[in-house]
Amino acid sequence: MDLTTILALIISSTLVYSAPLIFTSLGGVYSENSGIVNIGLEGIMTMGAFSAIVFNLTFASTFGKATPWLGALVGGIVGLVFSLLHAVATINFHADHIISGTVLNLMAPPLAVFLVKAIYEKGQTENITANFGYFSFPGLANIPIVGNIFFKNTSLPAYVAIVLAILLSFILYKTRFGLRLRSAGENPQAADTMGVNVYKMRYAGVLISGFLGGIGGAVFAEAISGNFSVSTIVGQGFMALAAVIFGKWNPIGAMLSSLFFGFAQSLSIIGNQLPVISKIPAVYMQIAPYVITIIVLVAFLGKSVAPAADGINYIKAK
Amino acid sequence: MIRVSEKTKKILVPITSVIAGFLVGAIIMMIWSYNPIQAYSSMFESALGNMNGIGETIREATPLIFTAIGFSIASTAGFFNIGLPGQAQAGWLTSIWIVLANPHLPKIILLPLAIIAGAFAGAVIAGIAGYLRAYFGTNEVITTIMLNYIVLYSCQYLMQQIMPQSFRIDTDTTKTISENGSLHINWLSELFGSSRINGGIFLALIALVSFWFLMKKTTLGFEIKAVGLNPFASRYAGMSTKKNIITSMLLSGAFAGMGGVVQGLGTYQNYFTQTTSVDIGWDGLSVSLLGSGTAWGILIAALLFSILKIGGLGMQTAAGIPYEIVSIVIAAIIFFVAINYVVGLLFKVKKSSESHPLKKGEEIGPNNAVDGPDIKIPRSEVEN
Repeated sequence: MDLTTILALIISSTLVYSAPLIFTSLGGVYSENSGIVNIGLEGIMTMGAFSAIVFNLTFASTFGKATPWLGALVGGIVGLVFSLLHAVATINFHADHIISGTVLNLMAPPLAVFLVKAIYEKGQTENITANFGYFSFPGLANIPIVGNIFFKNTSLPAYVAIVLAILLSFILYKTRFGLRLRSAGENPQAADTMGVNVYKMRYAGVLISGFLGGIGGAVFAEAISGNFSVSTIVGQGFMALAAVIFGKWNPIGAMLSSLFFGFAQSLSIIGNQLPVISKIPAVYMQIAPYVITIIVLVAFLGKSVAPAADGINYIKAK
Repeated sequence: MIRVSEKTKKILVPITSVIAGFLVGAIIMMIWSYNPIQAYSSMFESALGNMNGIGETIREATPLIFTAIGFSIASTAGFFNIGLPGQAQAGWLTSIWIVLANPHLPKIILLPLAIIAGAFAGAVIAGIAGYLRAYFGTNEVITTIMLNYIVLYSCQYLMQQIMPQSFRIDTDTTKTISENGSLHINWLSELFGSSRINGGIFLALIALVSFWFLMKKTTLGFEIKAVGLNPFASRYAGMSTKKNIITSMLLSGAFAGMGGVVQGLGTYQNYFTQTTSVDIGWDGLSVSLLGSGTAWGILIAALLFSILKIGGLGMQTAAGIPYEIVSIVIAAIIFFVAINYVVGLLFKVKKSSESHPLKKGEEIGPNNAVDGPDIKIPRSEVEN
């Protein structure tokens, strides 16, 4: 296996595994910048994955190649609706953010499996026929070496996610909406005094995280697992959450951390095709992403701090 | 709005949450045209309708009591130990391994050894998160979650690759443990219609009493509570926050590990490969939240959850309703517990008129320091 092939393999599988993490962690960044900790990303991804697969199975013949993209959109909308639960509980009803988020994680898998059983009368769905598959950029793929590595047979959702990260970073740091959102997470009292509607900003943060988390779950289901069962989403939401923290609550940082985690995850999948790595026992590759996450949090996070009012309920004085 | 006393309210809010959770389950069942009355009655029937059902319900509650205590200790100290599944799993594999490796040791040595080793394994896993939190400020939510996966895959590896072949039936199941290391008690099991109820329940009751004693009567319990309430004030008062973080996580993990131990030495009598995090961890978290972290609350909540889970299995076979509805009900109950502020609005705390310093209609002042001279405030306004 020559170097270009190896690199192409590593990069394309990294991108495939990163895409769901990028979408979801970007959602997490928005939620936490508005002041709401969203540990329920895992549950949101589960609902996104479930609804995207159901949509995909039902409408693949109608929409053809557009199906996975529409499925991702449906997953996003379902994730948004599901995240409303977290928003209402934390913003209006003063619930503990961690407990409320845990409820999303506890609720999503049984709810989705219950619905799968109610719809299909069995515990898991069929495999979808219209998945994301691999994409080659026309033109760019023909560039020697670089084209082979980055633009041939690669994951289009990942590139969309990377562009989205740049866009969301611009919105968060350069627009009035972004400033208001961050002020709700940094100092809600002051923001309120200045006329920012803190509740509205926090709703925006949570709902964006629901929408993007749903898309993340949908992308995972339609690009990687191919069907839905209770074990489709196992830990990706928590990885995305770790990416939020590792990325220092910044969209670009979260995107880069997601790429890193995607790389670590993909190593355990493609490891046996690579020289050297194939000799390492599989278990080390399996636990690598989680060990690396802990090491990275301990060693490199340093003094980075979350938005000041992250996780603290704001109760408007009457 | 119902007027109740402060004490009654504390009990009524969780009860309301449970009822609301059942209602959510009922609504979901009705949407998909299952009959909720039939479902719930077959649930209670199979969990409590015969001695075997009751035995299984108590058996199911046993590990939940341990994991719930584990969660409560950590959360009293201000930490969200979400790593209960990994800690329980480590305890489970360790205790089974010890027994398989020493099948002929006398019971009086082997059983305590296996139990302590299992608790120790759980403590070590949680202790890692505690140590990192204390010395590096690493968020324990993330580390415990990551540790869950590390334990999950490591246990697979340890069992399939490291454990001697002679301990296993096949790659995914160990042999049944010898009598010397088992929590199984013949007369108890036969009393409850040859169910899998075992000696673990006595350990669980002892654990509940120790937990109560630890939290209410010891300096350590007081320090854990103080650190949880205000780490800065506790440090100012001379308590070591680092020591308390680590101690509370070690204790939390030890109890969670015990949950795995009773699951292994009591219920299953072996270890088998897990593909996802063990569910007693997640359920223990829910039990602790519903039981508001008190010994009595945990006992009652654990029994309720077990009725749901054991009854849910019966409901699935008897009434043909998917078992998942049980988990949805549990999640809904926790949701209502989480929004207890809103649930609490249903009940207004009644002020007992005897304890009030003023008689009805009596006025305050003059010379009330707050109101200034010659200003009389009617009692009704004072109450608000």
